[in-house]
Amino acid sequence: MSITHDEIKKIAHLARIKITEEEADATLKKLSGILNLIEDMKKVDTTNISPMSHAQSVTQRLRDDVVTETNQREKLQKIAPEVSDGLYIVPQVIE
Amino acid sequence: MKDWSIKELSNLLREKKISSVEITTDYLQHIKKKNPEINAFITVDEGRSLDQAKLADQIIQKGEGDVLTGVPIAQKDIFCAEDWLTTCGSKMLHNFIAPYDATVVKKFNEVGAVNLGKTNMDEFAMGSSNETSYFGGVKNPWDLTRVPGGSSGGSAAAIAARMCPGATATDTGGSIRQPASLCGLTGLKPTYGLVSRYGMIAFASSLDQAGPMAKSSEDCAMMMNVMAGFDPKDSTSIDHKKEDYIKNIDQPIEGLKIGLPKEYFAEGLDSDVAKVIEAAIDQYKKLGATIVDVSLPNTNLSIPVYYVLAPAEASSNLSRYDGVRYGHRTSQYDDLMDMYCKTRQEGFGEEVKRRILIGTYVLSAGYYDAYYLKAQQIRHLISEDFKKAFKVCDVIMGPTAPSTAFKANEKIDDPVTMYLQDIYTIATNLAGLPGMSIPAGFVNKLPVGLQIIGNYFDEARMLNVAHQFQKATDWHKAIPEGALS
Repeated sequence: MSITHDEIKKIAHLARIKITEEEADATLKKLSGILNLIEDMKKVDTTNISPMSHAQSVTQRLRDDVVTETNQREKLQKIAPEVSDGLYIVPQVIE
Repeated sequence: MKDWSIKELSNLLREKKISSVEITTDYLQHIKKKNPEINAFITVDEGRSLDQAKLADQIIQKGEGDVLTGVPIAQKDIFCAEDWLTTCGSKMLHNFIAPYDATVVKKFNEVGAVNLGKTNMDEFAMGSSNETSYFGGVKNPWDLTRVPGGSSGGSAAAIAARMCPGATATDTGGSIRQPASLCGLTGLKPTYGLVSRYGMIAFASSLDQAGPMAKSSEDCAMMMNVMAGFDPKDSTSIDHKKEDYIKNIDQPIEGLKIGLPKEYFAEGLDSDVAKVIEAAIDQYKKLGATIVDVSLPNTNLSIPVYYVLAPAEASSNLSRYDGVRYGHRTSQYDDLMDMYCKTRQEGFGEEVKRRILIGTYVLSAGYYDAYYLKAQQIRHLISEDFKKAFKVCDVIMGPTAPSTAFKANEKIDDPVTMYLQDIYTIATNLAGLPGMSIPAGFVNKLPVGLQIIGNYFDEARMLNVAHQFQKATDWHKAIPEGALS
């Protein structure tokens, strides 16, 4: 499976990473090498093999629905790029 | 500088022959001298470390405390430590002061261990040479022209250059074992779920696991006694009964069945490294172990499987870095989309972007079944290989890495060659099994690591098996030239 320049630009957009034309070309080369490596998987017959999504067969733990965290808004927002009145500031998204 | 082990330091402190302030001061001075050359630490905070040491001395004076009270340990910069800069080796987090402690850090704080500083690492733990760090590469104390391995290369180089007696590390595909091998150290990646991932910056959550790195198995066991344990804050933490990893470390290993997978000695392994590994196996025979041949037929597939699953998980985990709540934000942007895209363009390094793109690609519409699902199915086959092997042996042994430490810049431009560094370590992460690397000898004055893979939750036995080897050999005591001066 080969990947194209346009596909690189598309996945970069999906991943929200700005990419220049030159970067896309350089990435294309390296990604193609990695995708070739991945192609080795195709040789394996995996009919009826169940997928393993996790290292241990554990079920999701549940806990009681009680408040365990205290309000640390000020502390947590101290490291934010921009806050105002306890709110995170981003460029306007709604006119 | 003295070449202290964690065990020696613990005894000296408890016998009140030395204070934590004295030890910590010595290490901080040694770091000041050595770090400009090695670049093993990203952050050192003398005042904070010494405050912890003073507190530890007060506890010891009262006759209280734990075995590790007052012992200085370095923390890999992937672990959040409250009020410490926590960068994960990335520009994205170059200004991130962690607002809370990772469980691993908290546990060391609770027993009164001293945090000596935060160690350098490959950016977001993605790399096998430490060259992807935003804060510059780390040098291997055994040969400054060579890499220390990665991603926990800062922890490994710091211990090898005697800037600390032990350090925390993490392993997603070999990031504890490979640098331990390349720097002549002992490192343990525990069973998945044994050590909490809370506050450990996520790379590939189904594979990431924290563990100790030190000079000897005994020192790793002492660190494991602190690190291991159930944590309700980690949804994949396993409620395993608390073990004492020191208790049975001295047991004889007569009758131990060692499985040798033929795939770990096949093409690709450096012939001199193979000789060192064979000599180590002979040593185990002398200690009373018997050898069984086993097969892990899907070993070669572990790399392709890993390079689908780990980037897929990473692309999801790293979507949190958006320049809104913490970390880097680009300075000029037109709108929200532009802010996201520029922030991530500037904040991530090349290798991290590459993996995010691969992950995004394999998870994108139309490719999911061919890549992600297929990889998960083969992961199952790889895991079954180990199950079969462990029916006939107690531990599996082989090389940790296919070669000794390679030169800086040798592989960085060729990701596929770099990825092959982890051929013997990745499968254990996929299966969730514990793996260890211990010093087994040298090739051209460069350390070689022997890998020990155990069954689930068999860390105590692995540490015992490693300790018996270290009682019979001196490889783990070797010191890089000039490390102590």
